[in-house]
Amino acid sequence: MEDQKKQFTVSVYTENNIGLLNRLSAIFQRRHINVESLNTSASEIEGVSRFTIVVKITESQMKKIIGQIEKQVEVIKAYYHTEDEIIYQESCLFKFKSDLLFDERQIQNIIKESNARIVTVNKEFFVIEKSGRKDEIDLLYRELNVFGIGQFTRSGRVAVTKDKMNISKMLEAFQN
Amino acid sequence: MKEAQTINKQEEQVLTTQRISGSEAVVKCLLAEGVDILYGYPGGAIMPVYDELYKYQDQLHHVLTRHEQGATHAAQGYARISGKVGVAIATSGPGATNLITGIADAQIDSTPMVCITGQVGSHLLGSDAFQETDIVGISTPVTKWNHQITKASEIPEVFAKAFYIAKSGRPGPVLIDITKDAQFEEFDFTYKKCEGIRSYKPVPETDEKSLKVAADLINNAKKPLIVLGQGVILGKAEEEFKAVIEKAGIPSAWTILGASAIPSSHPLNVGMVGMHGNYAPNVLTNECDVLIAIGMRFDDRVTGNLATYAKQAKVIHFEIDPAEVNKNVKADIAVLGDAKTNLQALLPLLNPNSHSDWHQKFKDLYKIEYEKVIKNDLHPTKDGLTMGEVLKEINTQTKGEAAIVTDVGQHQMIACRYADFKVSKSNITSGGLGTMGFALPAAIGAKMAAPDREVVMIAGDGGYQMTIQELGTIFQQKVPVKIVVLNNEFLGMVRQWQQLFFDKRYASTEMVNPDFVAIAKGYGIKAQKVSERQNLKDAVKEMIDTDGPYFLEVRVEKEDNVFPMIPTGASVSDIRLE
Repeated sequence: MEDQKKQFTVSVYTENNIGLLNRLSAIFQRRHINVESLNTSASEIEGVSRFTIVVKITESQMKKIIGQIEKQVEVIKAYYHTEDEIIYQESCLFKFKSDLLFDERQIQNIIKESNARIVTVNKEFFVIEKSGRKDEIDLLYRELNVFGIGQFTRSGRVAVTKDKMNISKMLEAFQN
Repeated sequence: MKEAQTINKQEEQVLTTQRISGSEAVVKCLLAEGVDILYGYPGGAIMPVYDELYKYQDQLHHVLTRHEQGATHAAQGYARISGKVGVAIATSGPGATNLITGIADAQIDSTPMVCITGQVGSHLLGSDAFQETDIVGISTPVTKWNHQITKASEIPEVFAKAFYIAKSGRPGPVLIDITKDAQFEEFDFTYKKCEGIRSYKPVPETDEKSLKVAADLINNAKKPLIVLGQGVILGKAEEEFKAVIEKAGIPSAWTILGASAIPSSHPLNVGMVGMHGNYAPNVLTNECDVLIAIGMRFDDRVTGNLATYAKQAKVIHFEIDPAEVNKNVKADIAVLGDAKTNLQALLPLLNPNSHSDWHQKFKDLYKIEYEKVIKNDLHPTKDGLTMGEVLKEINTQTKGEAAIVTDVGQHQMIACRYADFKVSKSNITSGGLGTMGFALPAAIGAKMAAPDREVVMIAGDGGYQMTIQELGTIFQQKVPVKIVVLNNEFLGMVRQWQQLFFDKRYASTEMVNPDFVAIAKGYGIKAQKVSERQNLKDAVKEMIDTDGPYFLEVRVEKEDNVFPMIPTGASVSDIRLE
């Protein structure tokens, strides 16, 4: 079981320093592992960044990589999660010519049914935003693709865990 | 009392705020960290720091090497023999990239080192300016930590962190890149040593339970075997280690970097493990019932085929770096933490034992190795000189008190197998990275850090020529190192593999060599060449008796092989004696 490839989501709490992204991505690159998605942002703690990284590897590989990530001086803590341990979302944007909104009435139904929303409309173009799981976004893409998408982009996965993280407690422990 | 006063004075000095330039601050940081020697090479982007080094030359000795790679290896040699942080300094661009091999070597061999590089002015970053290179990006995968300074005010904190990170926990190399404008910029300097970093835990906490479980396993073992690594040396745990093995009567083998942690003559020392290690500890790795790894990382050159490595044994892993546990070999019990503390805590939990039947097995296998290999290496009956007999002569003449600095290849394996080590930190070699060219500059650093010790460098004719220019450093600095080149006119280890696995197709391994003696003499170094057995003893004696540096070339048998040998992919117990 440890030898079967699975999708894991990695959460890494770090100091907010230049070069850390390079240091973390090098850990995957060196082992010839493709990063499916990567997101970096502020975390719930001021001055602490949070990386969310998605990879498809075996669990034994995953454990070793967590060790290598935690070994980095500016990493506070790293965790890995399986799909059922987290609440996760991705976000995407579609851009279309404005004419389509009126010529292809079906688009409006698709937007409604998929719980997407129109972010902006002007004379030339309109932009749709959709947050959800990867398969929901994939479905929306397929449905909209027939109308000729002007631009499309999707974000990396962001995830929170069902369990507590206790990073603040760890940082407090250091202060004392 | 006097010492305390000096320390107070020093502290006062660094705590007082002074308005100085970034480059002067660099020198003051080094002094505050107790640095007395640094190795480097000047150039455009680091010139302001060199200008300060000039002013502070009575307090801080800068050694001009002949290549930046030499500076890193010298800093490594300095660190490995003294346990202190080695410091190397270079300019931007090619100066910085030339440091990379030494940094990678220090990273894989856990050597504390701080490298300082100059960088183009911050307004030029990313403009492909003259001698600009992204050294922080390039060095990231081979440093424990690195940082670019663009403002002078960052210097004290970054240097304090750098030294703390380099030497704490599992040591390693750190690189600090300083833009030229930050070197010129003036600021209010105060220095405070780093005492901790919130995101960095150098020594993991020891779980008391794991120690008890480990002790139980050891107490119940019938055939325990210890494999010690450099962790014992880095953790200054040699005495604690000795106490543990003597009480519990455990045969102890060592990895190449663990060599000299226990004296060669210690009755519980059963030799080196790994590809060219000793027969008994390799074979019996697959017979022991409890394998106790202390401060080692189960390198592939140690384990051979992992699928057949010590499968019958319970594995106990004493380790400071949690990422090493279960990386290559699954540990039944991991004892995380500092080797010294944990071995101290383990001692009272152990039952006295002697394991004499088990010891006999090591002795029996040693006899086999002696007959098949050692006898021929040390007491050859053929005409050509062997590397082993040269080592034997060096042992005799130095009374086993020398620090042996080796390069990489056949001579390295022979030296580590046969060198007689009396004290710890006597084996300085490039283990994990296998960097040819390591020995000559590393020997310079070692001798300068420990001037009272005899330092004998041993290299092959190949590796020696990779950093031969450092003879210039020896000449200029008058470093009394003893240089031994075991010349077989081949890249011997590669040739051995070509013989054994590539049907003797000697692709680019034959060396046509220059007159090494003339070259050494050109640098003012006393030198001689030996090709006859009858002259070996006197030549080694003359070398050891000489006060200054000395070069000795020994022409050895051209196509000798190093045995025992575990072929790549084979099991440790399938080690070949011929």
